Formats: sequence, structure tokens, C-alpha cells
Amino acid sequence: MVTHNDPLEAQITQWRTWLQRRPAIRTADVEELEGHLRDQVAALVDAGLAADEAFLVAVKRLGNLDAVSREFAREHSERLWKQLVVSPGADHEARKTTRMETLVVIGLAAAAGMAVKLPELFGYPHIGSGEGLFDSKAPYFPNLSLFVFPFLAGYFAWKRRLNRTGCVRLALAFTTAALVVNAFPFTPAGHTWTLAALHLPIALWLAVGVAYTGGRWRDGRRRMDFVRFSGELFIYYVLMALGGGVLTGFTVGMFAAIGADVKWFATQWLLPCGAMGAVIVGAWLVEAKQSVIENMAPVLTRLFTPLFAAVLIAFLATMVWTGSGINVDREVLIGFDLLLALVLGLLLYAVSARDPHAPPDAFDGLQLLLVVSALVVDGVALAAIAGRISEFGFSPNRVAALGENLILLVNLAWSAWLYARFLSGRGTFSALERWQTDYLPVYAVWAGFVVVAFPPLFGYV
Amino acid sequence: MNISKDLVAASAGPLVLAILAEGDSYGYAIIKRVGELSRGQLRWTDGMLYPVLHRLERLGYVEARWATAETGRRRRYYRITKAGQAHLEAQRQQWQVVDSTLRGLWRERTQAPALG
Repeated sequence: MVTHNDPLEAQITQWRTWLQRRPAIRTADVEELEGHLRDQVAALVDAGLAADEAFLVAVKRLGNLDAVSREFAREHSERLWKQLVVSPGADHEARKTTRMETLVVIGLAAAAGMAVKLPELFGYPHIGSGEGLFDSKAPYFPNLSLFVFPFLAGYFAWKRRLNRTGCVRLALAFTTAALVVNAFPFTPAGHTWTLAALHLPIALWLAVGVAYTGGRWRDGRRRMDFVRFSGELFIYYVLMALGGGVLTGFTVGMFAAIGADVKWFATQWLLPCGAMGAVIVGAWLVEAKQSVIENMAPVLTRLFTPLFAAVLIAFLATMVWTGSGINVDREVLIGFDLLLALVLGLLLYAVSARDPHAPPDAFDGLQLLLVVSALVVDGVALAAIAGRISEFGFSPNRVAALGENLILLVNLAWSAWLYARFLSGRGTFSALERWQTDYLPVYAVWAGFVVVAFPPLFGYV
Repeated sequence: MNISKDLVAASAGPLVLAILAEGDSYGYAIIKRVGELSRGQLRWTDGMLYPVLHRLERLGYVEARWATAETGRRRRYYRITKAGQAHLEAQRQQWQVVDSTLRGLWRERTQAPALG
């Protein structure tokens, strides 16, 4: 319909594009307004005006677009709240794909929910009994990620049409992981058992990432997409967990009111199966909403970066002022690892949401301040620990914690350097972004090392 | 004449409903009809008509449907509903009260100097 040779059509197209950018004005409204514009132009041309004059007059009569769009917004305020709609529009082909995807997601979520019941077939007590998830005689804790990540990876392998080699590699990774955590002769509830259970999800998250990127894991931008996805999935998961908690509470409470005890259903089925299935459903929602709603993780980052920076600086100032050192006990090293991981997360999500071409602003300065103060705090802690490391000896826990500390320290130190270069105008922001995405496999490799090599190295204690 | 914004806003609903009571119509034709009836004295910003129409639609006073016009383009036609007719009747009575009150006042004022 649009002939670009016709200047009037070109003008109308431009005007329409301009109008479509307003969230309160829908496509149908644009069509209605365009019809009005064309009628008006035709009438004016009939009255003797040239086409371009007629266009100008007609646009003027339609009124200031800001004011019109404000009126539309007042009438349709719900349009300013972006709605997450999973089913797409009229296109038949698109509808079929969506229906297919819904079925795949439901199937995979159900499979993940059933996977957590699998150990019961082998005679283990259900997950709600004994010490629950952490029961060292049952295989739930070390296998937790294996109940759901293979299905999650399967969803992305299906969605991104991962090639055969990629699928085989993923299957190999998951099989190896399953063999290691289930066949190693761990001491029941031993340190290496706990470490393996804690580190396996981190290692396998890389496999999910490979599936997420459709096998193009080497592409830095896709890795960054995976980081964004992970943050959003976490937030969606927390929200679903809250909803699930309310559902469980109501289920138990309502049936209790009529004298029926359904706690067994809640602990054996609703909670474990729901917790697994929700991961798949969450991933699906994040996929569907990608471009619809603002990402939440960067928003939380913006909120908490200044607060954490303030806490860290106050901590350092208090330490200097009172002259007291850090009490080095068992938990301190892990505590500082968590602190570094948190600061790294804040950095990562700030990087993920930033326009790499924008010039440095105050928030970048704040970010650097946060990283540097975390480094100083960690340096102080490490110095304190190093002084007594001989006294401690090398237990698997301590080596794992030290290794993690080192990995995070290297990342943050180099990030601080790159950030400082960027702020002083000698480096680019993309260098920092690239550093973060290049570094991602390091975490997974270290976690994999802890799972696979630590048990034999430390005699399965 | 420049009619104040508040008055335009207040009269837009009844005007549109009254025009639709004459027969189904669409945005551009409604604007044209308002211009004709007021002999060009009542001018709206054209774009503002559509939020008004959408509000009337939400309230159930009008129904809208897409149809292909003689120009070959799709056009959104509006039709007044039963509820719209009832609302228009109520509005008519209210406007008549306001109108007759003002008329009465202004007649007194124009007659007062003649008496005195």
C-alpha cells in the first residue's frame, strides 16, 4: 500500500511510525486516526489545497500528539502497565508454535516434578521424611540440580534447535554428573559430599547456559543474555515460591478445617514437585516476557549498590576507628566468599543493563567504589586468615572456600582496574563486559573441579 | 468563538451521542457534523474525539465495529446502544435545566434596564 514515490504516503508513514511509539495508543487506534487523517486530507485537497499543505493542516487539526496520547492514556490507563501475554496474536502459524511450546513446557515441568519422586522407586524415603532434603542417607541433596536442569536444558535445546553434537555433549555432561555424585564412595554426610552437592548446580548451570545459547556459547553477547536470563529466572522463581507457599498454606489449612490431614500431600507432592516444575515454568515465563517488561535484576542492582557500598565503607571505617581485627573462625571465610559473590552479582547485573556506549556517570563511580571497598574488606579478611592457615590445616571446606575467594578476588580486582580505566577515559566499557562474559566458565570449571576431584583428593571424607 | 475547554469537555459526550442517535457514524464524519451544526463555532481538536468515543464505548453507550468504507479503507463505525439512548435522554434533561436557568437569568438582565 505504501508507495515511497508518493511524498504524501511517505509523510503519512512517518507520522504513523511516530504515533505507534506511544504506549497508550494501540495499532487499532493508529488505524482509526490514520483513517481520519486521510479523510481530512482528501476533503482539503477537494477544497483546492495541495497534498502537502493538506497534510500539514490535517495533522494540525488532529492536535498535539502528546496531549492526544495523554487523553488516550487517561482513558486506557491499563495500557501503560505492560501485560505479559504468552499467546501471540492472530497469526495461525505463531499460535501453533505457542500451543506446541505450552505443551512442551507442561510436559517438561511434569517430568521434573516426577524426577524428584524417582528415588522413592529405589526404596528411599520420600523427600519430606527424616531430615528432608539434607538427609545424608537419601540422594536428594546431591542430585537436586539433576532433577530439573536436564529438563531445563532440554527445553532450550528444543527451543533453540540445538544440533545433535550439542545434545550429545549435554547428555554426556549430565550423565557424568549423575555418576560422580551417586557412585563415589562418600562418607555419609561427609565434607566432600556436602561440597559436591553445593557445587554441582553451579557446574551444571554452565550446561544449561550452553543449551540456552543454542550451542553458540562462545558468543559474548549470548553469554550476557544468559546472565540476564539467570537473574530474571531467579526473581520469577522467588515470586512463584511465595505463591506456592500461600497455596500450600491454604491447602493444608482448609482441609484441616474439615478434619482432613493433607500435610502428607503438601510435603510429598505439592512442595517438591512444585519446586522442580516451577523452574521450567519460570524459564518459560522469562522467555516469553523478555521484551515486554523491564528486567528486574538491574533495577534491584541500582537500588542496592549504593546501600551495600555504604555498609562496606562504614564497616571499614569502624574497623579502622576501633582498631579491632576480624574474628577468624570457621564461618568467616565462607562469609567473605558470599560477600564477594554478592558484590560480583551487583557488578554483573549493572554491567548487563548498561548501554556500553554511554559515557561514565555517577553510578559507575559508585560501582567502582563498591568493588574497591569489597576488595579492601576481603584483603583484610584474607590477611587475617593467612596468618592462621597453618594452624587450620587444609580441609576440603577450607580449600574450596579459599579457591572461591581467589577466583572472585581475581575477577573483582581486574574489574576494578578496567572500571578505573573506563572512568578515566582510557578504556571502553565493552572491555569490562567482555571480561565478565569471558570469566563465566571459570566458576563452572572450579565448581566441577570441586565435585569431581575433591572427593578422591581428600579421601571422600 | 473560542469555547472554554471545560465546556467542550462537558458537552462532548452528549454531542457525540446526539449525533449517533441520528444514525451510525465514524470519527471524521462526527467532527464534520459538529462543525456544520455549530456553523464552525464549535471546533474540537480532532484527535481528542477518539478518547471520548472510547470512553463512551467502555461505558456501554456506544458499540463499535470495523467495516470497509467506500474508499476501500477500514473504518471504525459507532452505533448508539439502548443504554446510550437512555443516558442521552438523561443528559438532555439536565442540559435543558441548565439552559433554561441561564436563559431566565439573562432575559432578566437584558430586560432590567428597559424597566428602570
